[in-house]
Amino acid sequence: MSDHSHDHDHSHLTNTELRVRALESILVEKGYVDPEALNLLVDTYEKKVGPKNGARVVAKAWSDSEFLDWLRRDASAAIGSLGYTGRQGEDMIVKENTPAIHNMVVCTLCSCYPWPVLGLPPVWYKSAPYRSRAVNDPRGVLSEFGVTLPEDTEIRVWDSTAELRYLVIPMRLEGTDGMNEDDLAALVTRDSMIGTGLALDPGEARKQGLLA
Amino acid sequence: MNSGHDLGGMHGFGPIGFEANEPAFHFDWERKAFSLTLAIGATGIWNIDASRYARESLNPAEYLSSSYYQIWLAGLIKLLEERDIVSGDEMAGAAPERRVELTRILEAKDVAKVLSSGGSTKRETSSEPAFAIGDKVRVKNRHPQSHTRMPRYLRGHTGTIAASHGAFVLPDTNARGEGEQPEPCYGVRFEATELWGEDGDPKQAVYADLWESYLERV
Repeated sequence: MSDHSHDHDHSHLTNTELRVRALESILVEKGYVDPEALNLLVDTYEKKVGPKNGARVVAKAWSDSEFLDWLRRDASAAIGSLGYTGRQGEDMIVKENTPAIHNMVVCTLCSCYPWPVLGLPPVWYKSAPYRSRAVNDPRGVLSEFGVTLPEDTEIRVWDSTAELRYLVIPMRLEGTDGMNEDDLAALVTRDSMIGTGLALDPGEARKQGLLA
Repeated sequence: MNSGHDLGGMHGFGPIGFEANEPAFHFDWERKAFSLTLAIGATGIWNIDASRYARESLNPAEYLSSSYYQIWLAGLIKLLEERDIVSGDEMAGAAPERRVELTRILEAKDVAKVLSSGGSTKRETSSEPAFAIGDKVRVKNRHPQSHTRMPRYLRGHTGTIAASHGAFVLPDTNARGEGEQPEPCYGVRFEATELWGEDGDPKQAVYADLWESYLERV
């Protein structure tokens, strides 16, 4: 499926595209929406807010034990101190992965996700295969992500059923001593903050061109 | 409601599809469905629980065969038509006629502020929580026909209070326009073996955030 949006030719538009187009023009004509506000809403989540924010939070948590303590006590305030606040991240909780406990986040009922630190969720997070299986087969789900945990690691799955939003702090890997926060942030992937991935080791990050 | 959105524990949906370097939106209409939903939501004409209720009210067959933003779009049109902000005739091509006054239109200059301030649903309350950390609780076996955030796979099962989050707006009443009626909300831990019996992994637990009226003491 490709995206056809030629103003001169409606014949290529899908039914969904036609409905969105009709709805937008009605709402604009009635003065209920400001078209420039629509552009800014999209721009915010396309260009400004994304998992780089969460990676800053994790890198700081790895580097600064006072900040980590603050995250444990009041994650909303600690994360807010870095400027990441607002919609779908008003009430935040962090969960730290350890050798004994691996945390993983899902929303079985819809798509709850901490927007200010991770941006909008990827399609798989919102889709039936992940939402159905994360709670009863997390090890199977993790294996699809290429993650195998030791059998004696307890998996805690956090179903975001209320308005609390969860950010996973992945384990900091060996070989990262002495790295600064900027370089550490490059190791923190989106999936590692959902709990469906692990942080990258520096060699892997260099191979991917994420780290100099 | 027991509908197509309540997916925890279901089988048969196949592998998890990944996309490397996935964009925020795949089609231009998704940008529109997203931004129109947020912009109309910001007028305050309905709340987030009403939005979720509208989406999960789709016929389960339609819900499960729709893409994410198709579900958003269907929910948005349903809410707009219910409130006569947009009519079916207008969607079919009739000339738009403004019948409802919306006072809080989201203007471009306010977008950044509205997004960064958000809208916490945590509320101050004088009532003491009924449960304490460590208490054993059971999720009630209830099947409301309207919105709830009590997933089916937890109903009737016993867990342990693991966190006390304070009082939050109750989605069940808020979705129906019956007020916020804030209640204590708890993080509850369920062993996978409690939820899934012998098919549960003894080294797994599920945590869910549940309101006080969803729970009964064991």
